[in-house]
Parts: sequence; structure tokens; C-alpha cells
Amino acid sequence: MDIIWFMTGNLGLIGEHALRHVSIVFVAVGIAVVTAVPIGIAITQSKAAADVVLYFASMMITVPSIALFGLMIPLLSPIGYGIGYVPAVIAVILYSQLPIIRNTYTAISNVDPALREAAVGMGMSTFQRLRQVEIPLAIPVIMTGIRTAVVMNIGVTAIAAYIGAGGLGTFISRGISQSDPRQLVTGAVSVSLLAIAIDLILLLVQKLLTSKGLVEESRQ
Amino acid sequence: MIRLEHLTKVFNTPNGPVRAVDDVSLELPEGEICVLLGPSGCGKTTSMKMINRLIEPTSGKIYINGRDTDATDPIQLRRSIGYVIQQIGLFPNKTVADNICVVPDLLGWDRKKTRARAAELLELVGMDPAAFMGRYPKELSGGQQQRVGVIRALAADPPVMLMDEPFGAIDPINREVIQDEFLRMQQALRKTIIFVSHDLDEAVKMADKIAIFRSGRLEQFASPDRLLANPANSFVESFLGSDRALKRLRLVRVAEAMLTEFDALRGDDPHARGKVVLEESGLPFAIVVDENGRPTGCLAGNAEAGVDAKVGDLARPVRATISTDADLRLAVASMFAQDMPVLPCVDDGGRLKGILTYRSVVKSLASAEARE
Amino acid sequence: MSEATTASVQVQKSPASARWVTSIRTPVLVWLVIALAVAIWISLSDMPAEILTYREDIIYLGGQHVELVAWSGGLAILTGVPIGALLSRPAFQRVSEALLQGFNVGATIPTLAILALSMTLLGIGTVPAVFGLWAATLLPIVRNTYAGLRAVPQHLIEAACGMGMTPAQMFWRVELPNALFVIFGGVRTALAICVGSAPLVFLIGAGGLGELIFTGIALDELPMMLAGAIPTALLAVVTDFTVGRLQYYLVPRGINPLR
Repeated sequence: MDIIWFMTGNLGLIGEHALRHVSIVFVAVGIAVVTAVPIGIAITQSKAAADVVLYFASMMITVPSIALFGLMIPLLSPIGYGIGYVPAVIAVILYSQLPIIRNTYTAISNVDPALREAAVGMGMSTFQRLRQVEIPLAIPVIMTGIRTAVVMNIGVTAIAAYIGAGGLGTFISRGISQSDPRQLVTGAVSVSLLAIAIDLILLLVQKLLTSKGLVEESRQ
Repeated sequence: MIRLEHLTKVFNTPNGPVRAVDDVSLELPEGEICVLLGPSGCGKTTSMKMINRLIEPTSGKIYINGRDTDATDPIQLRRSIGYVIQQIGLFPNKTVADNICVVPDLLGWDRKKTRARAAELLELVGMDPAAFMGRYPKELSGGQQQRVGVIRALAADPPVMLMDEPFGAIDPINREVIQDEFLRMQQALRKTIIFVSHDLDEAVKMADKIAIFRSGRLEQFASPDRLLANPANSFVESFLGSDRALKRLRLVRVAEAMLTEFDALRGDDPHARGKVVLEESGLPFAIVVDENGRPTGCLAGNAEAGVDAKVGDLARPVRATISTDADLRLAVASMFAQDMPVLPCVDDGGRLKGILTYRSVVKSLASAEARE
Repeated sequence: MSEATTASVQVQKSPASARWVTSIRTPVLVWLVIALAVAIWISLSDMPAEILTYREDIIYLGGQHVELVAWSGGLAILTGVPIGALLSRPAFQRVSEALLQGFNVGATIPTLAILALSMTLLGIGTVPAVFGLWAATLLPIVRNTYAGLRAVPQHLIEAACGMGMTPAQMFWRVELPNALFVIFGGVRTALAICVGSAPLVFLIGAGGLGELIFTGIALDELPMMLAGAIPTALLAVVTDFTVGRLQYYLVPRGINPLR
């Protein structure tokens, strides 16, 4: 009962933290899309490059987030951004690389060679082929990668409260340090609901972005 | 021996009950191959799967060598029946040897003996055991996988085998090779086999008996020759196709159709004798043989020559011969292709045993019809 | 038979050995670069010496850390695989689809939130920590076990049934081995989550290397923080590498796309 009173009484604060939380994730994943999708497309040209890039990205993602935050402090302190918003965004960008690069790479390299040949045969240039054939076909898979990145990084951002980045994790960190179950549960529930809600919204976006001709295949 | 008695299977679908198999009775003698043939959805596969109780019949009885299958535990029953499916179904997690020995292992047979048996079976289909025993299915070509699929069903030496379009997934050329190989094995093994197919040519080639199905009913059950000669009704007739006479060619061996009473010429015979032989036979060509009885040439009726000319000087070389063991289809194809209205038929040593003419082919088909 | 011989040649020059070379070369390359960077860092800074003053803490807390991961990861494998297997049985088909949907939603819940809820329910200490990590680790294992078993081709099951295997034999000899690769994939993901979340359990009073990291951040004590962060990161990478190797060697060659 206590908890519900606390929640309703602090709706404004919850909203504020949620907004901050979402802004970290979306700014970072937005930047990650701009870097990771081109990388994913580029490495389809070379198996060796793909191996190195994917290995590096998958190693990156195994490093626990709090350890990554910690490792960034000495690196970013010299320019005055050891803690706060910036390292959180950078960590999310790094974590987003693997799911987006890997899915882009897999999707583009799995495009039916016959379609590619047909596109070349009709006289499309490399960029026309990418834009008109390969990327549209790959979008459902790339979107799945973006969704994975966003959902995972909502969790990472919750931990970023410990390096002063703000967001819904603040409730959890305060709840723990003040032994206050009201803040603890508020933080846990709100961050969970945020993750679930954004996952659903992105699923909807993915459906809207997917060419109607592909709907049968991409529905899983 | 396999006997089906009034076998019926009714499936309950959302659109009401469907009689997939409707009162089918047939009896297959031991050591014969019965091909269940028909368009898709005709109930042939369902009928087959009721034999090893993958599908339980709604009514009717199945006897294998006189034993009621209902009275046998389904697990034991299946272990005693070889089973080959179209997708082959080799277990990718097991090596070739372990795949072949699945049923022997289930039966708890001695491992050493079963592995030796697997090696024997591999050799039987021309695959080197040393190279293949330890491989995994993904390391085999399609044709090799198919062969392993078949010998896996043979591993426990079951008297009865069920084969569901076993060669359906292979390209036509390899399919012919594997079919021939399988028929050779069957000659030695004499298994009782139920074989599902939708390919008439395959059925005519493999079957001792063909069972034609349409929407769950058995339309005709007969030997391929009899089926092609006397289709029981218009459905069977249209299913067999209007070229069914040609399909029968495959069922008659050259030795049954060739003329054995004829005069052969020798190279040193005078041309005059050649002329006499040609006139008496009424054929456009006469065959010339050497001292061992091997055909060396053929003499045409219109060859112009002087009185003292020898047959050997005038004869043209033989463009084709046919083995007496071959089927008529091959013989006729070679008669057409080489423009040989008189085709020499030879034995294994290449000696002339008879000749085949268009008339003799037609006559032999007619006499086969009369035989029935 | 000529077909057999040509195919055997093909198989012999199959790229299995070549793939092995690239799969080992890439990590070596990456690690060389990292080792080089670390060597330069060590030679230019006195930080490593400062970090080493926490040696005893690292060993003690590291042990605790590994123990927590072993308990929660081990329990998650021991419970997750049977649950996934059970759900894949035809008898559970109706329930399992709905349940899996629920699990998918559950998988989006951040680990920190799971740990916070675990603490609200069970208090502080090792038990809520292991419980929380177990819950976060469980889902990928259940999901992959279920998906792997359901993905075993129907014709394999038909062949097994037609040859007279009992349902138990079909499960142990055909279904489970053929799902093993996918199950291992789930275990790998799950253990990465488990190891990655393990530093957080310090927050609910279960110790581990997180103690050095969080305290180091709070006190702005860089060497202390790195004394926790570096071993944590190494442990995560080593665990992932080990499970990856185990997957490579334990899953039979016939069904292992990596070999």
C-alpha cells in the first residue's frame, strides 16, 4: 500500500527519471545505428574483416557494464567526463554495436544471391542495389538487432545511476542505500515496465517498416 | 507375406470425418516388392504407415507372416520392420556406422558384430567402410545418404521393409543407379517390401505387384505387365497414360522377344547365298558373323555386286547390338537411334543369339497380352 | 562407385580445417592488440602497482564472485534445461506457447530490477543474490532448450519412431543430441548475463568483485575501482571463451556448424 502511495505521489519524478533514462538509451542507440549499420554492411565484403569486427564486438558485450563504466572513468576523466551522462551514452553505444552489426551483417549476407543477381542484371549500381533491394530485405532483421540493443541498454542505463547518469536506476540506488523498499520497488517496476513497453513499441515500428511483401516471413 | 484385410482409416478433421483408406485388402507373397501407387492424398502412405502402426487403423486387420500386428507390441513390431523415408532421416548426431546400427543397438546386439555388419552393408552399396564408417551424414553426398538410409533399414535383417518414396529426393540419373543397385540387392535378399511411390516408371521398374490407389480405395492390384495390358477401369487407364504400351517394353526381356530361327551369313559366303537368305527371310538386312559367332556386319538387300563377290566385302559394319538380358525399351531405343530395323542380340560373350525386328517386338507384346 | 570416390575427395578438402585456422587466428590477433595496449599502459603508468595493493581483496572477493556465479549459473542450467525440455513435450504444447510469451516479456526486465525485487522479497545476503542471478540466467536457457528441441526436424522423429524407438529413446538418442548446439548457445548467453550481472550483487549485500568497483566509484578511488573492474571483465571474457570452446568440443561434429 505504502508503495502505491509513494508511486502516485511521485509520478512527476518518475516521469522525469524515465525521460532521462529514455534519452540516454535513444541518443546512444541512435548514434550506434549510424555507426553499426554501415559497419555491418561494409564487412559483408570481407570474411576476415567480419571475423575480427564481430569478435571484438562480442568481446565488448561480455564485459560487465559496471566494469565498463569503471574502466571508462580513467579514460574520460582527463576531458572532464569521467562520470555522468557522457560515459553512460558511450557505454550504451559500445554495447549496441554487437547486436546491430551482427544482425546487419547476417541479414545482408543472407539476401538470396538470385535477388542480388537480378538487381545487378537489371543494371543497378551498388548503392541502388543496397537501397532498393538488400536493405529493405534486411530491415526486419536489423530492426530486431536494434530492439535487442535498446532493451538490453535500458538495463545498462539503470546501472548507470551509480556513475551519476540519472534515470530510473536512481530510485533503485537510493532505495538500496536508504533501505527504502518503496523507492526500490518503484525503480524496479518502472524500469521493467519501460523495457517491456519500449520493446512492444519497437516491435510495432518494425512491423510498419517491413515491406508488406515480407510480412509472412518476418513474423515469427 | 503381408496381408491387409478390409483395412480402413478414418481421420477426424474439422470438416468432418475423412476416409483416408477405405476397405483395402491385398496379399503380398514373401520376397516380392509391392509398389503402392497413386496421386498425392490417395491413401498410399497412410496404408503403409498402418503396417508398422505409426498410424492405427480404424478397422481391418494386418498380418505379417500370419501374425496379427495388433497382437504385437508396436515398438517390437517396428524394430522387426525395415523403414526408409523420403527425407532419409539419417540422425545428424550419429556417425554413418552408428546410424546403420540404430536398430541392432536398440535390440542390444553385440557391438562388434553389428559394426562388422555395417561395414559389410556399406561394401554392398559400393561405399568403402574404412572411409565412411566414421563420417557424419552431412559429410555425405545426397546419393550416399540415400544408400546409407536403405542399408540402415537392412541392418537388423528384417524380413519386411517399408519404403516411403525412398528415392524421391535424388536427381534422375542417380535415382536410376540406386534403383538398379537396390534391385540387385533385392535379388539376393528377397525381402518382402511395401514401397510407396508416385512415379509410374519407378513402379513399373521396381514392382512385382502394383497397387493403384484413388482417394483411399484400391483400384487395381496386379503385376506391372498385367496392369499395363489390362487396366481395370478408366481411372487406372488414364493414370497409366496413353503411352502405356511403351511402358510395357521395359517389362519384356530381349531374349523373350527375339527371333531365334534365322540364317546368319559368314564373311566368305558368296554374294549369291546372301541374296537367297535375304529373300527367304523377307528382312531388309542379314547379319554377318565371324568364326566365333560374333556379329561383324550386315548385308543390305540392295547391295549391287558382281557374281564372284564375297558377302564380307559388301557388308556394312554393325552399328549396334543388344544384350539378350536387356529390356525391350533399350532395344527399341537403339533400333530407332541407329536406324537398325534388324538388331543383333548377343550373349555375354558377344555371340549372336537372335535378332530383333519391329515385327518381333510387336508380336511379343501381343503374346504377353495373350499370356495373361 | 565413382560417385562415392569423387564425393570423398570433396569431403576431404572441406573447409573444416581452414575454418579452424581462421577461428583461432582472429582471437589471437585481437588479443595481441590488447596485450600490446596493456603493456604500453603498464610501462607508462604506476597504476598497476597501486592496483596490486588490493591483491588480497581481489583474491578473496574474486573467490566469492566465482562462487556466486557457479551457484546461480549451475542451478539455472540444472533447472532451465529440464523446464525447457518439459515444455517442448507435445502434452504441454498449449501451455508452453503462452508461457514462452511470458518468458520473453520476463527477459526484457533488467537484471538490476530483478535483484532489487529479489532483495525486497528475501532481504539481503547470498540467498537473494543467488536467487536473483538464477532468475536472470534461467530464461535464455529455458528458451533455447525449448526452441532447440522443437526445431528437431519432424522426419528425424518419424524415422526414429518408425525404427521402433520408445519415446524415451527418441528423446535421449535423437532429440536431445540434435538440440545440443542450440541449448549450448542458450547456456552461453545465460552465463554471460550471469557473470555480467554478478558485480551487482554487492548492492544487495552478497560481496564479490562489485564491492571494489562500487566502493571505488563512490570514494573516487581509481585503483580500487580498477582492481574490481579488470578482474570482472577478464572473468567475463574467460568464461565466455571457455563455454564457447566447450560448445565447440562437446557438441558432436555431425551437428556442430562450427566444425
